[in-house]
Amino acid sequence: MSRPDDHESVWPRLRAAATARPGRGQVAVAVLCGLLGFGLVTQVHATSSTGGLAAARPADLLGILSDLQNRADRLRADIADLQGSEQRLNAGSGQDAAALREARARARTLGILTGTLAARGPGIVLTITDPRSRVGADVLVDAIEELRDAGAEAIQLSGVRVVASTSVLDRPGGGVAVDGTAVSSPYRLAVIGDARTLTGALGIPGGVLDTIERRPGATPSVVSSPRVTVTALRPLRTPRYAHPAHG
Amino acid sequence: MIVAFAVALGVTLGLVLQPTVPLDLQPYLPIAVVAALDALFGGIRAWLDRIFDDKVFVVSFVGNVLVAGLIVFVGDKLGVGGELSTAIVVVLGIRIFANAAAIRRHFFRA
Repeated sequence: MSRPDDHESVWPRLRAAATARPGRGQVAVAVLCGLLGFGLVTQVHATSSTGGLAAARPADLLGILSDLQNRADRLRADIADLQGSEQRLNAGSGQDAAALREARARARTLGILTGTLAARGPGIVLTITDPRSRVGADVLVDAIEELRDAGAEAIQLSGVRVVASTSVLDRPGGGVAVDGTAVSSPYRLAVIGDARTLTGALGIPGGVLDTIERRPGATPSVVSSPRVTVTALRPLRTPRYAHPAHG
Repeated sequence: MIVAFAVALGVTLGLVLQPTVPLDLQPYLPIAVVAALDALFGGIRAWLDRIFDDKVFVVSFVGNVLVAGLIVFVGDKLGVGGELSTAIVVVLGIRIFANAAAIRRHFFRA
């Protein structure tokens, strides 16, 4: 099939054939080749215009259909899953918002109790003038205890917030140290709570006011006010050893 | 010359008319086209080998197309039409490749 002497003559032969007068046999060949071109183009057109589906066999079509149905089923399942997630997330965000409100309210309450937030409300102001330094830490602690018993919610002693761990100590030269801060007469106790209960608790016979009045030179005065402000703050200390115990 | 002209005419007709293939012929047309291509490549190779004959070409062309269509038809009746179509395309494709290789050797001596 590849005789070497043929090779030289391919191009001249091609040229000669291209310019030769066609015979009858060539006409038949040409008709067939034209048919081939026609069929080729038709088939290409049919395949591209229908995406190949029209030429596909019933079995293939069934396979394609079943594939598509499977895919649709999977996608529907995905939709259901995602909608479920969406609902869960929506519900979750609602719960989270409620929990956040709750936590904020709790933080405010605790902030007032632990002295990290300023407080304002009805209450009394107890002023003790003590020019001779006869009122000591014992009297002040008694007064604070009495006020707490009477439901005082926030107490401030001469600019120092009084909380559960507050200490009151006598100082050698007179005056007291409240949580290490030197405080001297006149002592001013700003207390938020029910004013009548607080006043009553201070005024019981043998109570705080009596005790102060018996000290020479000391004078107490109690003023009720609908707006007492407790502005002194104390830093929050995170417990080092105590952890919340659950259950 | 006339052959190239005929091919161009056929392609143009197909493009202009854009005929829809009848449903009954749809499985056969692609196979027929591949079979005709095989005959065409065989004819070119025969011409290059100086053994081309018009009659042989016409007979092989028509015969190829008819046999391919017959095989697909029988395959469809037996329920293995798709597989037989694939088989025909594979066999004809191999032949087209072999003929193309021979033609290439004639033109490029490689």
